[in-house]
Amino acid sequence: MSNDSNHSIEHHIQIYIKVFIALGVLTMLTVAVSYLEISFIEAFFLAITIATIKGSLVLGFFMHLISERAAIIWILVATAIAFFILMFFPLISLTDASGLY
Amino acid sequence: MSNIPYILEERPDTGLNNAKLGIWIFLASEVMLFGGLFSAYVFLRFAAPEGDFDYWGSKLSIPMATFNTMVLITSSVTMVMSWASLKLQQFDKYKMYLGITILCAAAFLCVKYFEYTGKFHHGIYPSSSTFMGIYFTLTGLHVLHIIGGMIVLIFFWTKQADKMWDENQDLLANRIEIIGLYWHFVDLVWIFLFPILYLL
Repeated sequence: MSNDSNHSIEHHIQIYIKVFIALGVLTMLTVAVSYLEISFIEAFFLAITIATIKGSLVLGFFMHLISERAAIIWILVATAIAFFILMFFPLISLTDASGLY
Repeated sequence: MSNIPYILEERPDTGLNNAKLGIWIFLASEVMLFGGLFSAYVFLRFAAPEGDFDYWGSKLSIPMATFNTMVLITSSVTMVMSWASLKLQQFDKYKMYLGITILCAAAFLCVKYFEYTGKFHHGIYPSSSTFMGIYFTLTGLHVLHIIGGMIVLIFFWTKQADKMWDENQDLLANRIEIIGLYWHFVDLVWIFLFPILYLL
């Protein structure tokens, strides 16, 4: 392996350590937020926002998505669309007065 | 018999080798598997009587779950470090980091064992409430993923890895990258399970 690619990997290792620290801090923040006297909806969006930031760090840096090929990005875009449809189906039923409720 | 193409080299059209494309398609299917259960959680939570999920959720141990979150995050960083060590031709460090990853997985399972048996000891089972039903389903499925990943990690920690390192270093680095992607996904799922089940 060339010195250039060795240098690149060593640079990546420094990023991994920074991401690890950020994930630890965000985990503590998630726990701290759960003790705040706020409504469920506020707590939900706060917790999901922090979890999304943590998830993005794992996806982007540990799973190298920031430098990944377009084919993988498109697979994930299609998955994300399908996932959101799946998540919002129950919410649609909640607004349906003639449905389950 | 001809060799299977694109095991290590990238396909010209996608820019990906077989394993990389395969694992990402598998992970996409996993997103839908857990997504279905997350969707069920939302559905059940909104349909539950007022305060029911809060009451049953308060029976879970936040310190244990926080500890497990830190353990999985640590395992994720050691996993990626083991791959980086292979890229730097440092096989001993690879073994050390992969060993730590396996230990973290074992620690996670131990904590989960104490969590589950603690619940059973107090007469709390999946059938006790809707919350406990979805809690045991989601965390149980996640535990199965941890066990599956751990089996593969142990395989790549044994003499098989030494042999593969001697025969084809690029192939071992590729395989560790692939199992690493799976392992980070397992961590990713827990990142969302933790606040949803334990903190909300």
